[in-house]
Amino acid sequence: MSYLVDVATLARKDLRLELRARDTVPAMLLFVVSALVIFHFALPEESSGPAAVGLLWIAILFTALLGLGRAFMAEREQGLLDGLVLAPCDRSAIWLGKTLSTLVFLLLVEAIALPAFALFFDGSRIGPAAIAGVLLADLGIATVGTLLAAMASASRARELLLPLLFLPVVIPLLVGGVGAAVEPDPARYLGFLGLYDLIFAILSWASFEYVVTE
Amino acid sequence: MSTWSRNNGALALSAAATCLLVGGTALAFLWVPQDADQGFSQKIFYLHVPVALTAYACFAWGAWKAWRLLSRRQDRYDLESYTAVHMGIIFGVLTLVTGSIWAKISWGVWWTWSERQLVLFLILFLFYSAYFMLRYSLAPGPARANMSAVYALFGVVLIPVSFLAIRLAGTLLHPNPVINRDGPQMSASMFGVFCVCLAGMLALAAALYRTELTGKRLDARLRELRELLA
Repeated sequence: MSYLVDVATLARKDLRLELRARDTVPAMLLFVVSALVIFHFALPEESSGPAAVGLLWIAILFTALLGLGRAFMAEREQGLLDGLVLAPCDRSAIWLGKTLSTLVFLLLVEAIALPAFALFFDGSRIGPAAIAGVLLADLGIATVGTLLAAMASASRARELLLPLLFLPVVIPLLVGGVGAAVEPDPARYLGFLGLYDLIFAILSWASFEYVVTE
Repeated sequence: MSTWSRNNGALALSAAATCLLVGGTALAFLWVPQDADQGFSQKIFYLHVPVALTAYACFAWGAWKAWRLLSRRQDRYDLESYTAVHMGIIFGVLTLVTGSIWAKISWGVWWTWSERQLVLFLILFLFYSAYFMLRYSLAPGPARANMSAVYALFGVVLIPVSFLAIRLAGTLLHPNPVINRDGPQMSASMFGVFCVCLAGMLALAAALYRTELTGKRLDARLRELRELLA
């Protein structure tokens, strides 16, 4: 029970910081809309609807990267992470709190990005299955992304390193998400996304402690 | 570990690798009948597949050492895990090269997305290249050892998940796979020679691993001595 309280406190801290400073979500929003506009000009005139879905997924992944790159910025720069590690709470609570706040950021951005996509491109592509795919993939992006962002933020390369760590790991999410949106039978793809979320959530939850301690 | 095995283990493994690989190659070219379907070009099978399996073995070994590091907290596992992943990426690149050559000869293209194993190795190559980037941008110490170990463990989980994803994506893009490598069933002689080649390749990887590890340990000890003298 106290574990959940710790998690909620940590997540609330991130959300309050964002609410006051507003330096991540507006940037992510602007980025995702810019990306969609860019994609309109990048796609040839007669290209198919499924191709646009693929581009939507690229926009989602890169927007997530933008947010994740900043996820541990305050913690590392102000030395807050050392304090959190020393705090009398389970270290995985730090990961879960950050995952939750990342998830909230992603959902906020997608609440704008998906209608914008439907407006700019083929609206019929955004069905219940496509939205379920986005939600399930968000879970995976947030869980794995938070762990990898913690690793990248400890390195000298920082923002440079995160995409290199992140992109090969989320290729399966892309496959599941695009499949759920364009295939006539999305159940298999949604099931696969669920499996991915489960496996990597457990793995990230169990291994976060080693990423922040020595 | 006894002194003999420490000094001569790598030597014995190298000798075994040489014998098995030379023998396996000779058998593959001189003894095993030509493949009815692919003809002479199928001979690369005896190089490509053992190299690929050896790469998997190296990644798995690296993850096992990573697991030992996290559970046992002994420094030496860090170097062992890193060396195993290092060997894995060498064999992984070899897999990509030999697979590409085979694709060119069999299908006339250097690269095909419908060959799942090749796509998987490309993803693994990107993933483990990032492992090196991560390692080199962290200061040496327990924090780096922990992060490398966690990332190496992610690798072995990513292999089956990615394979599943590639299968799903394959049916998405190619409803009926045009190219299927399983093709003809393997005869007993083919399988036997394949096993010899696989054993040789594993022995080669083990020999390289031992040699590299010895060199790296020497480096580390030398650095310690220098620091003591300075």
